[in-house]
Amino acid sequence: MSDLMKIVEAEYSEARAKFPSFKAGDTINVHVRIKEGNKERIQQFQGTVIQRKNPNSNGETFTVRKVSNGVGVERIFPIISPSIEQIDLVRQGKVRRARLFYLRGRQGKAARIKEKIVHKH
Amino acid sequence: MTSIFSADGRNVACTLIEAGPCVVTQVKNVETDGYNAVQLAFGERKEKNTPKPLIGHFKKAGTTPKQKVVEFRDFRVEFEGQVELGKSVKAGEVFVEGDFVDAIGTSKGKGFQGVVKRHGFGGVGGQTHGQHNRQRHPGSIGACSWPSRVFKGMRMAGRTGGDRVKVINLRILKVYPEQNLLLVSGSVPGPKNSFVILEK
Repeated sequence: MSDLMKIVEAEYSEARAKFPSFKAGDTINVHVRIKEGNKERIQQFQGTVIQRKNPNSNGETFTVRKVSNGVGVERIFPIISPSIEQIDLVRQGKVRRARLFYLRGRQGKAARIKEKIVHKH
Repeated sequence: MTSIFSADGRNVACTLIEAGPCVVTQVKNVETDGYNAVQLAFGERKEKNTPKPLIGHFKKAGTTPKQKVVEFRDFRVEFEGQVELGKSVKAGEVFVEGDFVDAIGTSKGKGFQGVVKRHGFGGVGGQTHGQHNRQRHPGSIGACSWPSRVFKGMRMAGRTGGDRVKVINLRILKVYPEQNLLLVSGSVPGPKNSFVILEK
């Protein structure tokens, strides 16, 4: 990315900084603003992050996957989107890939992710 | 290119353009040249790489050698009287947020391409029903004993891209006066770091 481009994208660094850092394999809870007519409410979407795309740019997105009533649901969020109210890091996962598409073919016990033990010194 | 979120929450693809400072290197008028025009120059250039006649041209305007020189013919009435030789034109003085501009540039060269990419032909449209290996071919290029020739201008394969292309009505989303930068919606012709002409 050129230096000039950073001038534009620097304005969004604040929006990015207010979220906790998360990676593929982590379980997060995304609070999404939803507009219904004139009313606005907040919906939560909790699931596993299966990828982060185009990191450190304005086009960065992340994909969250959850299994809802036995049906796999995936949502893609732009990280600088104004409709994201808050992101909670629920659980950190220990995975060996950056993109966890193998989770799509698995269900139940096979789709588990080991928890990452974070040592505090 | 990058993207920003507009005030109404829509993700807008946009392009960053360095628009200035440009220097007025010549002002043409009806009496001496037969038409009204202003010549702007942009981008620094080493003196050793500049042809001697051009160095003299830039010296007349009192500036250093520039990379690109473009003439704008019949410019707007509102700028009349404001242009003078050697004056520096900044992006913030000409462009305002919300304006619509046209961008002219040279599109990316694509090399020798077939008719499907070059002219948007549909191709054959199927691989079955006895179709051999001509899925992306142009098909017939004319009739038979009359006219017994191919008409001029028949669209065929060939060199694609690298043409002068004008994209109209790009909205200026943001102006950065200190850095002379413009953020316009959508894309402009050509590769990164290439020159474009902006018209208001």
